[in-house]
Amino acid sequence: MNVRFYVWQRLTAALMVPLMLVHLAIIFYATQKGLSAADILARTRGSIAWAVFYGAFVAAAAVHAPIGLRTVLAEWTPLRARARDLAAVAFGILLLVLGLRAVAAVALP
Amino acid sequence: MAGTIEVLLWRGGADGRYQAYEVPLRENQTVLDVVTWVQRNADATLSYRFACRVGMCGSCAMTVNGRPRWTCRAHVSKVATRGRLTIGPLENLPVIKDLATDMTPFFEKWRSAKGAFAPSKTRIEPIERIAPDSPARLAADAAIECINCGVCYAACDTVRWNPDFLGPAALNRAWTLVNDERDAGDGPRLAAVSSDGGCHACHSHQSCQEHCPVALNPTASIAGLKRRTIEAYLRGEIKA
Repeated sequence: MNVRFYVWQRLTAALMVPLMLVHLAIIFYATQKGLSAADILARTRGSIAWAVFYGAFVAAAAVHAPIGLRTVLAEWTPLRARARDLAAVAFGILLLVLGLRAVAAVALP
Repeated sequence: MAGTIEVLLWRGGADGRYQAYEVPLRENQTVLDVVTWVQRNADATLSYRFACRVGMCGSCAMTVNGRPRWTCRAHVSKVATRGRLTIGPLENLPVIKDLATDMTPFFEKWRSAKGAFAPSKTRIEPIERIAPDSPARLAADAAIECINCGVCYAACDTVRWNPDFLGPAALNRAWTLVNDERDAGDGPRLAAVSSDGGCHACHSHQSCQEHCPVALNPTASIAGLKRRTIEAYLRGEIKA
């Protein structure tokens, strides 16, 4: 962990805290109201606001998690620095692709 | 006080083993007294390190019943468990022989963290006057009493997991110099403690604070370095 990774990890954490609270509130709202999948999709599809909200969440997670994973790999596995960094980047790309696919599925019209 | 105590002492190098000794109990006996008794009466080949015997030099730190301690300031009556003492070399450092570790990596990291004072003036210029109650002086004061015993380094989980981590003592030292208004070495120092094994690798487990024999708080010093390096990084003064 160097200062650049540290700053990015803290910044993305700070961004994700309010996003996560809103996300939890949405889950409570949807389950309390008994919204069906079709009801939810009717609200999210074509919505730029929801696309930006969850797009930002995915982007922040895709930056935040690999930095932590890189530290875990460095401290707990015998991986060399290059293999460790490649594994962390690959994990970040995986999160980004899976996350953006999910955002596209609910937000694209 | 009569009787004896069973003492297990580490013998050999990294691949050594614990060996048992029966040592007579004495009033106000320290762990260092026990080790010295073994060396003088049971086995003269026992290797260990000490100098002042009164908690000033920081030479005699060892692992006593699982905890890194100054053996000269640890009373047998207080640290023995079930009438038994297990004494080994400090953790996280290469074992030279028996209870003596090679402190070279520890001191090399002080150098890597730019722990040497970098003067900002020549000897001809007058010395700056520093108010004893200035915030920087108070911050330096809180961390300055380190005597390099290596107890925090031996107690640190991050050092155990990450051999590149500079460790609590070196970073604590860097923090005192960052707060020293007479010092001119902050540029390279902040860059050094911002690298991969620098202050940001600390997990804030606070074992250093828990075990420090002089009650310093290196975790707080490291937190100070984190703040200071982030400011410098965001201002573009250090690259990472």
